[in-house]
Amino acid sequence: MSSFLNSEHLPFCKGCGHDLIAKHTSAALENMGLKPLDVIIVTDIGCHGIIDASFKTHTLHGLHGRSVALGTGVALGKKEDYKKVIVFIGDGGVTIGLQHLLEASRLNIDMTIIIHNNFLYGMTGGQTSGLTPVGFNTTTSPSGNTFAQYDICELAHKAGAAYTSRFVGIGNFTDKLEEAFRVKGCSIVEIFEVCTGYGVKFNPGRKLREIVENSGKNDIVLKNERPSFEAIFKSETSSLFSDFKDTEIKEETSLNEPVRLILSGSAGEGVQSAASILAKLAIQAGYNVTQKGSYPVTVGVGFSTSEIIISPDEIHYHGTTIPDIVIITSTDGLKHNLKKIKSIQAGLLLIDTSLQAPETKANVKHMDFRSYGDKYAALAALMYFAKETRIITVEAVENAIKSSRSAEKFPFEKVKNDFNK
Amino acid sequence: MENKPKVVLTDASRLIIESLVQAGADSFIGYPITPANLLYYYASKRFPFMMPAPDEITTLQWMSGLSAAGRLPVTATSFPGFALMIESVNMAFMMELPMVIVLAQRLGPATGTATCGAQGDLSLLNGMISGGHQLPVLCISDFNDCTSLSAEAVKTAVALRTPVVLLTSKEMVMTSRSIDINELEPIETSCINEYSSEEPYIPYLAGNNLVAEFLHLGNNKHQVRITASTHDNSGILQHSTEEALANTIRLDKKSAHNLESYTHFDYYLEPKADTLVVSYGISAAAAIEACELANEEGKQVSLLISKTLLPVPPVYRDIMSKYKKIVFCEENLNAQYARILFGEFLPSHIQHIGSIGKMISPSDILNELR
Repeated sequence: MSSFLNSEHLPFCKGCGHDLIAKHTSAALENMGLKPLDVIIVTDIGCHGIIDASFKTHTLHGLHGRSVALGTGVALGKKEDYKKVIVFIGDGGVTIGLQHLLEASRLNIDMTIIIHNNFLYGMTGGQTSGLTPVGFNTTTSPSGNTFAQYDICELAHKAGAAYTSRFVGIGNFTDKLEEAFRVKGCSIVEIFEVCTGYGVKFNPGRKLREIVENSGKNDIVLKNERPSFEAIFKSETSSLFSDFKDTEIKEETSLNEPVRLILSGSAGEGVQSAASILAKLAIQAGYNVTQKGSYPVTVGVGFSTSEIIISPDEIHYHGTTIPDIVIITSTDGLKHNLKKIKSIQAGLLLIDTSLQAPETKANVKHMDFRSYGDKYAALAALMYFAKETRIITVEAVENAIKSSRSAEKFPFEKVKNDFNK
Repeated sequence: MENKPKVVLTDASRLIIESLVQAGADSFIGYPITPANLLYYYASKRFPFMMPAPDEITTLQWMSGLSAAGRLPVTATSFPGFALMIESVNMAFMMELPMVIVLAQRLGPATGTATCGAQGDLSLLNGMISGGHQLPVLCISDFNDCTSLSAEAVKTAVALRTPVVLLTSKEMVMTSRSIDINELEPIETSCINEYSSEEPYIPYLAGNNLVAEFLHLGNNKHQVRITASTHDNSGILQHSTEEALANTIRLDKKSAHNLESYTHFDYYLEPKADTLVVSYGISAAAAIEACELANEEGKQVSLLISKTLLPVPPVYRDIMSKYKKIVFCEENLNAQYARILFGEFLPSHIQHIGSIGKMISPSDILNELR
């Protein structure tokens, strides 16, 4: 008896090609000198999948059509590199899980995929699959399948699999399987069979070789000379906290109450970056800070708003219902915050001169933020904010901008000169 | 020696990923989706192993393979991606594979608004495993949880040999705060203690804690069989044998049986209060502020912040039974957690403060309490 199988009597219908595939798989592995625990067999739902109970190898039995992806995970994660991952899948499974097969081919994952192509979904009653030949009769196409058939080997080859082959599953094909098993990288073998339960019944008198020949799927071996994917688990990666520089925190703060501030403008104009600079400066000034971003799904289009809370005390809720200060640098920002600006009871609105301020109880100050260029409007607004509120200093904002990507082109002197206008 | 304070501005995503890795997670499978993209970005820098998957079904399948091979995988997603993962999460649950799925909620239905927060996925999580079984769902309520609860998610996944969902929201993972990173609690690394006996390994034979010992696929000592189908203790597919059904029953009980080991909540008891505010996740901060203000005004209110959402810890029932009025604050329209706890027809003493499209504010809650 095979050292890989626990019985000569496998759990398939009499005459089923799956029986031969299991036995030749076993024989090929023996020829390679492997032991059962050197092999991990991954199966899924379909008649082929009931074989795992008969193998003495490690076995993993998953969802319909997903054994290739599941096997990929094992191949990526296996701790003993020399272990052989073999994936069994049916033609129905390949149809639903085609992406997984292409992905394994593209990445050239080190495993062998054996497609049991018996031209139909056997376990569920003989329905047509994506690998059913045109003209082949199934339960759902009793007058012959009219849908085109995937050429799965060509697809996998084009996607980059190191090795693909196909052949009719009659006679001794141990050597063909062994050749695939010995490949370092993704090897895919498509074996043609006829389902004895439904294929024979719906296609009386038709021979397997004839069906395959008529479908144009001649025996082939296709190769790509590519390195196998190597999964590397780094022994060490840097803490995400190592990005943070030491900064000096001033303990003297001037605020006794939290300040809820909104900085808003157009997406792509550096609003979030400017808000982040402000938040960091407020931290350096000794405050607790939150920064909440709000923007549409699309990048670079529409409004961009940042709500910042600066507080001498711990902050729990980081939303802003009624703001104390609103800074608006563009029409997008104004439209998005109309309701909140109108809700201000006693606060400050710094708004670009090109915009008309809505009715509000805030102290409204028009400033020419956009005159410094779209990209610098938010940063210029920060300098004006510092000058007007003194929560942070103008000098601190200036130094922060000088440390940013905008350092070279930002018109520092012009902004400061304009302060006095 | 005390550490010098190091106050920085960071988003919650950074804390979550750092914590997951420090806790022992070693692999991340990513697929882009807002608002979980920052998690993916940080994972690409920090995890020992990271792979971009072509879709979310593949994500969970790769993770399952990694887990079966003895790794500790993580992913981060939002509802549209999670919906694709659900069959595979069922598989990982049945196979009993440790992993963590960070689910960052956003406004639905369907694609909804990707950059708008929500708390709308709890009902789905409660019923997502066919058969009504539950896997652990932990929910982050503040930045400290990003560190401590993320580590607990890894610990629970390992200890119970199960997938764990770490629930959060856009308004947590995309928001930045000032924190002193030197004040963060140190994280204990969780390691998978694999079966080491010379006796034959039976993959689904569980001890008194109902957790079967783990052994990775590919080991040199024992055959390992792992399956998603109804199976006996050996991991062999069965129709509905007594042993196989007993295994499924054990699986049903496993999460609840060990619930005490991963029950996390904050309970702010006001001795004379007859009202209890219950909240979790992104609404918890507003609930804290509202309860503080209410108590300052002389209206005594207790507060329960639930961090272990599912299975529901029995202690919540004990706490809630002491109050005449219970106010649930959760950012959805249908009081999802309240209905999980009290049923479809909520008793009159159960009230809900909900919202969609914006966070629940302290004043929303305070108005109800006054």
